[in-house]
Amino acid sequence: MMAVTVYVPRDTTALALGADRVATRLERGAKARNVDINIVRNGSRGLFYLEPLIEVATPEGRVAYGPVTPAEVESLLDAGLLDGGQDHPLALGLTEEIAYLKRQQRLTFSRIGLTDPVSIEDYTALRGFKGLEKALALEAQAVVDEVTASGLRGRGGAAFPTGIKWQTVHDQPAGQKYVVCNADEGDSGTFADRLVMECDPYLLIEGMAIAGLAAGADQGYIYLRSEYPLAHAVLEEAIERAVAAGYLGDDILGSGRGFHLEVRLGAGAYICGEETSLLESLEGKRGLVRAKPPLPAIEGLFGRPTVVNNVLSLATVPFILDQGGQTYADYGLGRSRGTLAIQLAGNVKRGGLVELAFGTSLRELMEEFGGGTRSGRPLKAVQVGGPLGAYLPESQWDHPIDYEGFAAFGGVVGHGGVVMFDDSVDMGDQARFAMEFCSVESCGKCTPCRIGAVRGVEVIDRLRAGESLDKNLALLTDLCDTMVDGSLCAMGGMTPFPVQSVLQHFPDDLTPRQAATVGGTTC
Amino acid sequence: MSHSASPVADAWTPAELQTVIDAHRARPGAMLPLLHAIQARFGFIPEEAVPRVAEALRHTRAEVHGIISFYHHFRTHPAGRSVIQICRAEACQAVGSRQLEAHARKALGIDYHQTTPDHEFTLEPVYCLGNCACGPSIRVNDDVYGRMTPEQFDELTDELSATVVEVK
Repeated sequence: MMAVTVYVPRDTTALALGADRVATRLERGAKARNVDINIVRNGSRGLFYLEPLIEVATPEGRVAYGPVTPAEVESLLDAGLLDGGQDHPLALGLTEEIAYLKRQQRLTFSRIGLTDPVSIEDYTALRGFKGLEKALALEAQAVVDEVTASGLRGRGGAAFPTGIKWQTVHDQPAGQKYVVCNADEGDSGTFADRLVMECDPYLLIEGMAIAGLAAGADQGYIYLRSEYPLAHAVLEEAIERAVAAGYLGDDILGSGRGFHLEVRLGAGAYICGEETSLLESLEGKRGLVRAKPPLPAIEGLFGRPTVVNNVLSLATVPFILDQGGQTYADYGLGRSRGTLAIQLAGNVKRGGLVELAFGTSLRELMEEFGGGTRSGRPLKAVQVGGPLGAYLPESQWDHPIDYEGFAAFGGVVGHGGVVMFDDSVDMGDQARFAMEFCSVESCGKCTPCRIGAVRGVEVIDRLRAGESLDKNLALLTDLCDTMVDGSLCAMGGMTPFPVQSVLQHFPDDLTPRQAATVGGTTC
Repeated sequence: MSHSASPVADAWTPAELQTVIDAHRARPGAMLPLLHAIQARFGFIPEEAVPRVAEALRHTRAEVHGIISFYHHFRTHPAGRSVIQICRAEACQAVGSRQLEAHARKALGIDYHQTTPDHEFTLEPVYCLGNCACGPSIRVNDDVYGRMTPEQFDELTDELSATVVEVK
């Protein structure tokens, strides 16, 4: 009898919920039943509310079970899990038919969870490296043109057109150029970069190699945050295998063109997600923000022309080269082309990754995908776009998500993180935290950010203590304006966004009445 | 990935320190890889490393000190056997991390950036572990734990302490 193939994910979230122990018990249970099994440690499908999500290969396709705790493995085996049996409360039927997954438009994340992340065979079996092969057959300019045609904009948050950035580096005189991947995914509520790196690392490697061909760069660096030890290990292994298989190195697939790739670890500084701070850090310095111009595309790493792109931007490129820029551009809304990786997080019943074309509303996402709050209480506010994004009240949940549409009402799409809060949240605490976070993470180069954040915490504390409410509200408003207008980068320039949104939409939470019942947070 | 390495590693000696420095000094932008390597090997960056790193990379001591102190990850004193990082970021706040951090401080009797007197635990804040759909999240050395409750936190720290007894 052939061995039964069972998939047990190995991404950080699955492991954080006990996937290793589930795998061990499965192995033990199968042995006790004299059944030969082959456990594949795949990536996650991104359906985190179901993790650990086990799948069993059957003639009809992969069937899923989840969320599986170690204690439930025995009862699952008794219920015929190894034959794909569906007579168990955790049985979910065919994985591909799970509505949460089926309703998505997975272009970038088409492969996650299907494969063993470090298996090149798995990757190439699902069109892996097709984009790179295509790029190798094209002139550099044609590669840039394809990306420009796709309408792809920087997925890190700034939404700058990727094709224009590549064109700028391409047009610089030949010489040492670099491709730098910003993998310093520090925004709370985001995990899409991590999913790419842990579950489909060759996708990023392929995207970077293509960027190298387009820009004329033969060296790439992945600047990875130190908070992601598993992504680090997976990337290192994948790079080693890609070099051995000829997809990286001096002579990519016998083309005579080379691209070398190295992972560099950050060291716990949020500001290093800002591209110029990141470059300083890569050069071995304090992560102080640089004034722009010069643009990194002209004077970047070690003073050389550098493409700096977010993980998701680079991970989208293989699809664009393989399927054509126009195919990608056919998705989306207005000037926001393609798909957005939305990450449902915080107080959410069904959290996870939702890749959809731009244009869905937050409400649809939070209710139809997210299923409301995990606590079951009413939703009160949602923070989109990380710690520098505004808190959105219910009146703003029906706007379709696209960059311009969100900007019009002061919202931030950013890296696509959606953090949900129920009605027990004290928005005064959240406003204070925004300033506190900035005071901890400011690089210190410019005064509005360095001093403003500290003063912001103080003013909010005075407000919450009931001191001179009108004067302090005016002061806080003024301080926010100063930071927005006077800061060197988005850290100081956007930290006021969540604070201003609390002032505007949840002013009662800044009064002493509320503060007294809930209590602020001290640091 | 069952049991990750404890950050308390080999005791440092000048010769070994120099070996680590020499292994990385020639890389472009060598500073961070070098500091990471020192901390990975010895558990922290000893004060005596500063002049040696400065000389190897042609920096001033002040610059090296400035770089070490800029990055939250680098420590200049030995940590406890288990470094516990509690996520303080918004997604975890939405599901009770403020209560969890208050509990952790009380249960361990230490504040952030401190180590228990028995050198078992060091408590650190962290701003996002990328497990935002299943918080509150904590990281113990290289392992992440999700949906952490105060009760589970106590069980986990008991378990981590118990391992020491077995080792002895």
